[in-house]
Amino acid sequence: MLAAIRPDSWNLPLLVHVLGASILVGGLVAALASQVVGWARESATGALQLARVGFYALLLAAVPGWILMRVGADWIWREEGWDDVDSEPAWLGIGWITSEAGGLLVLVATILTGLGARRLRQSGSTASTLVRVATVLTAIALIAYVVTMWAMAAKPD
Amino acid sequence: MELYDWLLALHVLSAFSWIAAMVVYSVAIAAGWRLTVPSDVVRVFKVARVGDPLIAVGMIGTIVFGIWLAFDEYEIWDGWIIAALVLWLVAAAIGGQVGKVYNGARNRAKALVDEGRDTSSPELSAMLRSRRGLVLHSLSFLIVLALLVVMIYRPGT
Repeated sequence: MLAAIRPDSWNLPLLVHVLGASILVGGLVAALASQVVGWARESATGALQLARVGFYALLLAAVPGWILMRVGADWIWREEGWDDVDSEPAWLGIGWITSEAGGLLVLVATILTGLGARRLRQSGSTASTLVRVATVLTAIALIAYVVTMWAMAAKPD
Repeated sequence: MELYDWLLALHVLSAFSWIAAMVVYSVAIAAGWRLTVPSDVVRVFKVARVGDPLIAVGMIGTIVFGIWLAFDEYEIWDGWIIAALVLWLVAAAIGGQVGKVYNGARNRAKALVDEGRDTSSPELSAMLRSRRGLVLHSLSFLIVLALLVVMIYRPGT
């Protein structure tokens, strides 16, 4: 029942954190969907178009979402006084690890998808290894964040 | 974990799913804004299709687990719960209208491809740049964000 007695000062950082995480996951889902559809080597036009959609989904949704999520996480962590606690609970540890490592994955996936899209435009090819590597990274980041969302929401012992 | 923890976790995850779907649709609308060739449009709507199960899980999960939580831990007639229910209904109604606008564009694009008329179509372009669709989608997104604010701030408690 912690949520029911949450102090008002926690609301805004929680809103920023949850909104950021939702946008991050939405951006990753959109990017992964476009990368997976583009994996099929349908046509050069299609591969380029879908790589661009994936790139912009990562750049304009996932990355800003990650920043919002991370700012909100740090803010509420301080508001809740976890900075004064010696040993943090497991769900918080999961959150920190996936937030940092996942952020790196999202950043690398964004760069690779952007470079892959540029190469597709230059070569006229139907597939890009860079985009495919980015697809795997995006999938790993998405799975990690879904597990984290569960840990954050359920706060298991 | 107790029943309350499970219900809250599933309710929160459903909300994540709903917002993630809204982000996916936003990406698709943005990606389709300048498209004129039917096969390109069909490709973008393949990406958007991933939003359909997400929004179904999100909307059903938030209402089912939300009402369950309301009966289990709160009062269903609390002002913030009624506000959330009203916002949910409005979001569902507007979301249905948004779906009609963009499903129309998707179906038209598919029909043009099937007819072998896969060339630039001003009619399709106009459907994708529908002012009504954009306004309704933006409104729908704002209502979902308002729902999130109501859930976190719980005005009146």
